Amino acid sequence: MSDARDPRSPIGAEDEGVVAASAAVMGAEPVLLSTGARSQWLDVWDQFKTHKGALIGAAIFLAIVAVVALGPLVWDPELGIKSNIRARNEGMSLAHPFGTDQLGRDIFARMMAGGRVSLAVGLTAMFLSVVIGTLIGVLAGYFRALDGALMRFTDLFLALPLLPLLLVMVLLFREPLTAVFGVETGIFLLIVSAIGITSWMQTARIVRGEVLALKEREFVLAARSIGTPSRRVITRHVLPNVLSPIMVSATLGIATAIITESALSFLGLGFPPDFPTWGRLLNDGVPYLEQYPERVFWPGIAISLVVLSINYVGDGLRDALDPRIRGR
Amino acid sequence: MLTFTFRRLIFAIPTLLFIALVIFLLLELAPGDPMANVPLTVPPEVKEQMRQALGLGEPAPIRFWKWIVQFFWIEPLNIFDHLFGTGFAEGKLRIISWQNRAPVFIVIAERIPQTLWVVGTAYVVAILIAIPVGIYSAYRQYSIFDQAGTFVTMIGFSVPPFFSGVLVIVIFAVQLRWFPSIYDTTHVVDDWDAFVFQLRQMFLPVMVLALQITSQLSRFMRASMLDNLGQDYVRTARAKGLRERSVVMIHVLRNSMIPVVTVIALGIPQVFGGAIITEQVFKVNGIGQLLITAIQANDLPMVQTLTFIFAVLIVLFNLIADVLYGILDPRIRYE
Repeated sequence: MSDARDPRSPIGAEDEGVVAASAAVMGAEPVLLSTGARSQWLDVWDQFKTHKGALIGAAIFLAIVAVVALGPLVWDPELGIKSNIRARNEGMSLAHPFGTDQLGRDIFARMMAGGRVSLAVGLTAMFLSVVIGTLIGVLAGYFRALDGALMRFTDLFLALPLLPLLLVMVLLFREPLTAVFGVETGIFLLIVSAIGITSWMQTARIVRGEVLALKEREFVLAARSIGTPSRRVITRHVLPNVLSPIMVSATLGIATAIITESALSFLGLGFPPDFPTWGRLLNDGVPYLEQYPERVFWPGIAISLVVLSINYVGDGLRDALDPRIRGR
Repeated sequence: MLTFTFRRLIFAIPTLLFIALVIFLLLELAPGDPMANVPLTVPPEVKEQMRQALGLGEPAPIRFWKWIVQFFWIEPLNIFDHLFGTGFAEGKLRIISWQNRAPVFIVIAERIPQTLWVVGTAYVVAILIAIPVGIYSAYRQYSIFDQAGTFVTMIGFSVPPFFSGVLVIVIFAVQLRWFPSIYDTTHVVDDWDAFVFQLRQMFLPVMVLALQITSQLSRFMRASMLDNLGQDYVRTARAKGLRERSVVMIHVLRNSMIPVVTVIALGIPQVFGGAIITEQVFKVNGIGQLLITAIQANDLPMVQTLTFIFAVLIVLFNLIADVLYGILDPRIRYE
């Protein structure tokens, strides 16, 4: 995706190329091009750094992801699966940093396993919802013939009672899907797609608005006048320029997806018992609330911390990506 | 304005029909026989009655039509009969719950007061807190109060109700023993002590719900105030020597309230949805908990009807918000 017209544009990572292309196309200001070495992402990063909350949020989020992803290399994941009745209901200790549960399973190991599932659900569901939202938003914004129909469709989706529908979807399709794909994959697919297809509406609306404005800009006109087909105009000129709102809504989408998954698991309609996710662990801890409140705290704090840090990152990203607030 | 309202009302009908269709098809696409889950102890004649009430065995469009008729015609007739003692709906088949073989709407009517009490109080409390907080943090932007407020609203956004609920139970019910952790729905308020007890048992669920709503509303109120504080008319008002209090509390506040009022209207159905989790945590047996138990018991007519009621609420409050916006803001007149 590197741009031949600008020899200094960095070649390599996919998105850098995309941005360089868009910068070159937008580059009515030759001043910006002649400074060369400075990519748009450096500007964004500089701006992002000034938002202290976002920086701390990003650090916390990455730390949690690192612990959850790399933890099993250091900490035996078997500890979270095998029950050990003699060591049950233990408090915090060096052997079990978060204690053990009513079956003597190590809660730290279970938290890491649960985090992997919760984060995976969050990321995949976010990806799905952003893809659907962007597709519908771009189509509605770019092609006037589709606009009315697609936006009515979005409005209808916005009027759906989402949580009840999610619960109903999980109730109805849990068994057939687990029969086909097995328990873990089946429920993962079910929950990810259920969350994905019920959360794309905001992204679609934002993207449509941006595309409507972009469509009128000169560079799109220029591209069209040299006979670029719509498909290429969209992928080459429109999409790179709506990247920032998409990124912001993707960030916030992870948070929503994680909360929704935990809510489903908490209500007992998410992943099956014995299959730890943060919401499930929280739900499992509730009966022991009076004796061992910490069992509810760990997953609850993990969910809240992840969501809080993601919200801050989203806030910082919005500031950094919006040129109107950029700088002073 | 009237034509606009009328037009929106007309658009609401296909929306509702579409949602009804989605819910119906979702339950329709679900594999398996819906009657297979009915316990064997249910006598055959009741089973037959239930089959008829569902219209099972007939093609899907006819069943859909029957459900719609039951929901929009027979059930309202029953409510009318109940209120005025007439007998229009006698002998007509109502939507029957599979779980307790009673008409779905009777069960729902039993549960609605609890939900309304808890959710309604929470919403009022949240509005009363959010508006002053929003006004002050916008007026003193970037002050310590504003920063703290922003942080608290971020937490209110991020901590899901199933955690904040459990958290307040541990703190206030288990450790401090100030409030009961479980909502006693059989409690009757007949004297002062009973009223105090009612307040105490409502405190925790209301607090959890109100925290969530407050954080959204105060964010919005703040943004809306900030938009207006920079306007020219504010400078004019100050320039002509109005007291600061009347500039902020009358000129700015009135204009800032326009979008906030619509957001408040739009948020009401969402609160019903969010209350599902809070009701579950505090064991309030409102309609949210009814939905969960119905889902767990595979009680499809109940699930179908409740989900649709939530949808009706959303569409209704969207309509109210649109109309309110037109009434409050003369600049926006849809002709």
